[in-house]
Amino acid sequence: MNQALPKLTIKDYASDQEVRWCPGCGDYAILKTIQKLMPELEQPRENQVFISGIGCSSRFPYYMNTFGFHTIHGRAPAIASGVKLANPELDVWVITGDGDGFSIGGNHMLHVLRRNVDLQILLFNNEIYGLTKGQYSPTSQTGTRSPSSPTGSIDFPLSPCEVAIGSGGTFIARTIDTEAKHVSAVVTRGHAHSGASFIEILQNCPIYNDGVFDQVKDKKIAADFKVELVHGEPIVFGKEREQGIRLNHNTLKLELVDADHDDVLVHDETNKVLATMLATMRGPDFPVAVGVIYREEKASYVDESQQQLITARAAKGSLKELLHSGHTWEVE
Amino acid sequence: MELAEEKLDEHHLDEKEVVDVVVRFAGDSGDGMQLTGSNFTEATALYGNDLSTFPDFPAEIRAPVGATFGVSAFQIYFGAEDVTTAGDALDVLVTMNPAALTTNIANLVEGGLLIVDRGAFTAKNLTKAKYQENPLEDGSLDKYRVLDIDISKQVLAAVDEFNLGHKAGLRCKNMWTLGLVLWLFDRDRTATIESLKTKFASKPEIACANIAALNAGHAYGETAELPAGIHVYKVPKAKVIPGTYRNMTGANALAWGLIAGSELANIDLLFASYPITPASSLLHELAARREFNINTFQAEDEIAAVCAAIGASFAGTLGVTSSAGPGIALKAEGIALAVATELPLVIVNTQRGGPSTGLPTKTEQSDLSMSLYGRHGDTPMPVIASSTPGDCFDVAIEAVRIATKYMTPVMLLSDGYLANASEPWKIPDVASFSPFPVQHHSEVEGFKPSLRNQETLARVWAKPGTAGLEHRVGGIERSYDTGDISYDPDNHQKMTDLRQAKVEGIANDIPLQEACLGDASGKLAVVGWGSTFGAIHQAVKRARAEGLDVSHIHVRYLSPLPRNLGELLNSFDSVLVPEMNTGQFVQLIRSKYLIDAEALNKVAGQPFKIGEILAAIHRKIAEIGSKS
Repeated sequence: MNQALPKLTIKDYASDQEVRWCPGCGDYAILKTIQKLMPELEQPRENQVFISGIGCSSRFPYYMNTFGFHTIHGRAPAIASGVKLANPELDVWVITGDGDGFSIGGNHMLHVLRRNVDLQILLFNNEIYGLTKGQYSPTSQTGTRSPSSPTGSIDFPLSPCEVAIGSGGTFIARTIDTEAKHVSAVVTRGHAHSGASFIEILQNCPIYNDGVFDQVKDKKIAADFKVELVHGEPIVFGKEREQGIRLNHNTLKLELVDADHDDVLVHDETNKVLATMLATMRGPDFPVAVGVIYREEKASYVDESQQQLITARAAKGSLKELLHSGHTWEVE
Repeated sequence: MELAEEKLDEHHLDEKEVVDVVVRFAGDSGDGMQLTGSNFTEATALYGNDLSTFPDFPAEIRAPVGATFGVSAFQIYFGAEDVTTAGDALDVLVTMNPAALTTNIANLVEGGLLIVDRGAFTAKNLTKAKYQENPLEDGSLDKYRVLDIDISKQVLAAVDEFNLGHKAGLRCKNMWTLGLVLWLFDRDRTATIESLKTKFASKPEIACANIAALNAGHAYGETAELPAGIHVYKVPKAKVIPGTYRNMTGANALAWGLIAGSELANIDLLFASYPITPASSLLHELAARREFNINTFQAEDEIAAVCAAIGASFAGTLGVTSSAGPGIALKAEGIALAVATELPLVIVNTQRGGPSTGLPTKTEQSDLSMSLYGRHGDTPMPVIASSTPGDCFDVAIEAVRIATKYMTPVMLLSDGYLANASEPWKIPDVASFSPFPVQHHSEVEGFKPSLRNQETLARVWAKPGTAGLEHRVGGIERSYDTGDISYDPDNHQKMTDLRQAKVEGIANDIPLQEACLGDASGKLAVVGWGSTFGAIHQAVKRARAEGLDVSHIHVRYLSPLPRNLGELLNSFDSVLVPEMNTGQFVQLIRSKYLIDAEALNKVAGQPFKIGEILAAIHRKIAEIGSKS
């Protein structure tokens, strides 16, 4: 790719389709941020492919002026794996939601992360089923009242980032729909990562789950309820950055301490044990961690597959030789 | 029509020269019967007989030693004339233990040759096979020619010099037995010896022991005093079309056909699959053939497999997925996505006994209705079926051709019998194939994803990576004019009609249906599809030799059907449709052509016998005669 790419702008990434999310939906903010980010990633637009499953978030590809495939419920990671295997040159993105990615499509999510297929997976987590009109999802808090749980849901929710780490994911991050700069920064790093990058975006559904992330989104109080992780920096938060997090070596649990405490943890993206603990933190006792939680260098599935193909094709197959291989005999 | 069986009029082992013979090797799963059978097949092919084989093995990987449900068998039918089935009744039965005897003896003809390993007829093994008395001693086998030898003892003596120990020494039993049967039919041992050397290249002492056992078995035939009526039988060479031949199983033929298809289409192929019996051999074969433009992907489940294949097709290569019935059911939603988005896809269904887990290692044709109709929505799709192991090669090429030319998923039906059965296959001349190169769309001017070829109605294939063709497709109904999302009522009607017309139009691009044996009109047409070919063919051949007015019509294209099929069937007074299901194709013929076709069904996990179809032909002809 020696040729200079034409300079594109946000407009070049908006398709001609009318965006049809509900007014106030967090998806609008994410769409704008991604469209704006695209030119900066310096990929040929024709190589970019957005693949989604089913749900509100999965309409996303229709609005991107790239190649796009709106597929079936939960299966985007599998379809994206096929796309990437067929043409490793492509820059393949998966857009999914909490139901699509972790309920009906949980199995594919597990395996795409385990294999470390070179994709960017953006999971819009609004902790509710939006498109089917408001039923609780696998990330809904226990007790969520919804049309299918009128007296409160009794399921225990899963934490997407924790499951992603447990599945063997090699780039795990969390961000917030309306925080454009943070979304851009995290997604840019995920894009640069070789292998599967999993990015959970906390996203507000104004219709069925409005305000569920207010603590981390409301500018007035957010500083006390979220902690921004930066590799190599102390894990501190609060309006005055007055609180810190440490590991209690006796209980092997995280604790809140004063920010100036000797023991305040320094974030290490490559520490899986720490990452798992940070991924599961949530209110009211702990702040929600955002930023790159975990990162690991590991061979990508597509690279390995390509390597095997190169070896296998060192001597190109001949159909004629194949048909005549093994025992043959002549009939005169 | 009720299933009945006629005993075929054959001369079994009464003369020194016989026209054809059916031999079955049966033993424990661990006795190496499949290896024995495939080596005997090789030797028989090299000898010059026509042949057909049928490996019949249990679902259990390592069943308890001596159990009836652990019996593994390999049947071969060979002869001087064209052989298209693995044979009805057995002329020779080789049994390595009591369980193999009790499960197979009913198929041995009276006067047939029974070879048994007396050494394996211990009290323990007899109990496991539920024998009260030792059948070798109670006279119950008197109607057969019995050759009972303490093979175990003979083998241990033959391999003594290699110091393998008792257990490993006994593992050469199958080769000793093979040596004896090779002697019995005057077959050469060279190919077997060569294959043993290759198989045990890293363990030369095991190779030598097996070869010693093989030679000892052969020498036993030559030198031992055998009972009267047991001697070398000559089976004259078959008259076959000149050319280079090899043995071919259906699974390998299908895999190689897909490779050939990808070369003819000049396109890479991604084979995405999830292991399932009896379809996995296709994945194994292709995973070992990546020196061609093939890549394989073992997905996490059946759904991921079809989806990865669809993804590959979206990206501009051809996605292929494969499974058996239960897995195909799981793929249904994905297949419908490929129909909706008009992407090429080949789905191979190696059918097995159903429903549910059913009979995983046994054969059946009961997924036809699912293939034709088993999807949500109005979701038409081409369905084609292979009829013999070798035919799997041609049908695989045809599936690739139709999928890429018409931008549609294609269901290719095989079955457990075809996948595992083998036959001598005349190797085609690669240069004689007509290429059908894929043209990906590249013209930016006027591009929209809904562009289509007005003749084939195929949508354009615009692959990612092509500048200026950025577009979106998806499962939501697409506008006929633009390809964008459309909820317009008229558009949905138009698109539904279009999908139907596209598949129906393929009828103009496939051969007209012919009778493969007999006239194109007459009293009775026996109509089949898939792996019933061999049995129908032999039955019709025999009926015609008796002077009966019967034809054999075998249908490869099940959707769309050949456009003259109705007319052809109407040229017969009567139509009989044998199927290994409860009547799925006959129902299609009856409803589509309003013909009073009659069903002949068998759902026993085993292929039709020639005698079963012949009996039905006789009854049908008698019925027509009495009416006229």
